[in-house]
Amino acid sequence: MTKESISAKGDLRLTRLTKSYGDFTAVDDLSLVIPEGSFFALLGPSGCGKTTTLRMIAGLEEPTVGSIHLGTTDITTTKPYQRPINTVFQNYALFPHLTIFENIAFGLRRRGIKDVDAAVTKVLDLVELPHLAQRKPTQLSGGQQQRIALARAIVNRPALLLLDEPLGALDLKLRRQMQIELKWIQKEVGLTFVHVTHDQEEAMTMADTIAVMNEGQIEQMGSPADLYDNPKTAFVANFLGQSNLIKGTISGNDGDSHIVDVFGQKISLQKNRSHAVDNSIYAGIRPEKFRISRLGTPTSGNILTGGHIEDVSYIGVSTQYQVEMPWGQELMVFEQNDDGVAPFSKDEEVNISWEPIFTFGLRGDEDATAGSEVNPEELDEE
Amino acid sequence: MSHKVKDATIPHIPTGARISRWIGRNLIRIYAVFAFTYLFIPVAYTFAFSFNDSGKSNLIWKGFTFGNWQNPCGAPEVCTALVNSIKIGFLATLFSTILGTMIAFAIGRYSFKGRSTSNLMIFLPMATPEIVLGASLLSLFLVFKINPGFWPTVIAHVVFCVSFVVVTVKARIASLDPRLEQAAMDLYANERETFRRVTLPLVAPGIAAAALLAFSLSFDDYIITNFNSGTLKTFPEFVYASAARGIPAQANVIGSAMFFLALAIVITGQIVGRKRKVSA
Repeated sequence: MTKESISAKGDLRLTRLTKSYGDFTAVDDLSLVIPEGSFFALLGPSGCGKTTTLRMIAGLEEPTVGSIHLGTTDITTTKPYQRPINTVFQNYALFPHLTIFENIAFGLRRRGIKDVDAAVTKVLDLVELPHLAQRKPTQLSGGQQQRIALARAIVNRPALLLLDEPLGALDLKLRRQMQIELKWIQKEVGLTFVHVTHDQEEAMTMADTIAVMNEGQIEQMGSPADLYDNPKTAFVANFLGQSNLIKGTISGNDGDSHIVDVFGQKISLQKNRSHAVDNSIYAGIRPEKFRISRLGTPTSGNILTGGHIEDVSYIGVSTQYQVEMPWGQELMVFEQNDDGVAPFSKDEEVNISWEPIFTFGLRGDEDATAGSEVNPEELDEE
Repeated sequence: MSHKVKDATIPHIPTGARISRWIGRNLIRIYAVFAFTYLFIPVAYTFAFSFNDSGKSNLIWKGFTFGNWQNPCGAPEVCTALVNSIKIGFLATLFSTILGTMIAFAIGRYSFKGRSTSNLMIFLPMATPEIVLGASLLSLFLVFKINPGFWPTVIAHVVFCVSFVVVTVKARIASLDPRLEQAAMDLYANERETFRRVTLPLVAPGIAAAALLAFSLSFDDYIITNFNSGTLKTFPEFVYASAARGIPAQANVIGSAMFFLALAIVITGQIVGRKRKVSA
């Protein structure tokens, strides 16, 4: 019945963390530092080990190998109630037999905090639901329950707040609204948030830093812009947004750039944006970076000729094209409808061009479809 | 004119078709009336004859009186038997509920060697014919040189009540979201506090239902009791024994009172449950 909770503060450090269930390795030799005060997202498809990682941080799961430090304190084997860490559970896990007030007061009462009333009232104001204090959880809508779950966690002012797919059960509109609100609340209370999600848009909207997880390991970590503009692996390139990956060979150098031969045509790629290990390379370009032009129109930058428009979808702000290239690959092109030019039509012959600075290079031996076949709408493992 | 035209457009339905349509719509209701009549005639009979000014035998209606209700202990031994039944029922309920709840948690929450075997064994007393269970318990008591009487009866009742308690409580535990307990632990409640503040309150309705079930099973039991009670007489034994020379109307009074008590408990439970759901 030891009750002293650890009052550690500081960065969260996961060191060589592994969690196995029999033959299955959910989290595989994962090391990670989450700086104090940041909004950090663990992003990945269903079954990538992100929830297991979160549960190990919360203390609900014990790592098979590895350690977890909060500041300088080792919390690897401490009980969940001894950690200054609180969780917003998927589906909220509000106590159905207690009022909203008592739900929020639960953590404060367990720690023997004085002036529970003031703290609960303040946090209910923060989530803008003070009138619901005496209701029971089942009488609240999903969005309200979500906010109460958040209030119940942040009222304790933990060193670390864990959010496990917190918006997964909400409809799209409410989800967008809560994304903005969550980010605002994080700034307001100044706590470290660790957010687990399979929704790349959600992660990019909210987080300062995103770690993309796949098969128990971190594929790449960085700011949303870093990950989107310069992905290191095909998995990241495809899981975060959409990518065109064109197979090529590095055939020469031009100052800071590689010259890449793609099916007989030459394009240029900045050396510091290439993650290839030998001459074999995938040149990656995001669909919105492409420009599309009729044959004979002068263009600059990288140019690929011989495109044939296979499909046109007009969706208001932009038009999406499927362009078939001479080597049989279909490239995806998103054009903003902002230039007053009539959209191209199906079966037109076109060239495709883009600024070389937007090209990123991936290892040529990668599976170009990695990360694209996973359905991000799938619910998380548990 | 328009009135007449309207009338003409409404197709006339033949009376026969209308009757069969009405029956079709109300078939379930008609069936329910018959089913409930079937179920409640014996209860109604018992209740009605509790007002019979019967004298010794309560078989023929002889006139209306409140006398039996005013003096429920009027017949010899009836209240002694009732008190015995209540005492045994109370103790059997207490022990079987505590024991059964603990077993239900062990089986429902933890994995251990022999768990599935225990799960199966728990059903044995339910599946064993009462007459066999009663006789074997008696011989067991006699082997250990324990004379039949009050405590052997309590022990025998705990044996068969415990299975029902385990089954009832286990169902409630199975429906409990384990994340609620994890949330409590996450919110600084240690194992004991989590059990006291979250697990137990959420399982409590199941435990209460199990206790009510145990009491009614114990109160009602004749066969097993008859083997193990010795000279002690419980209420069912009293009724059975008096059947030969005429059951006194007081038995009807007590029977009816128990019925209404049970009904009151169930209705109160329903109202409280509904209130909890509807309002804060």
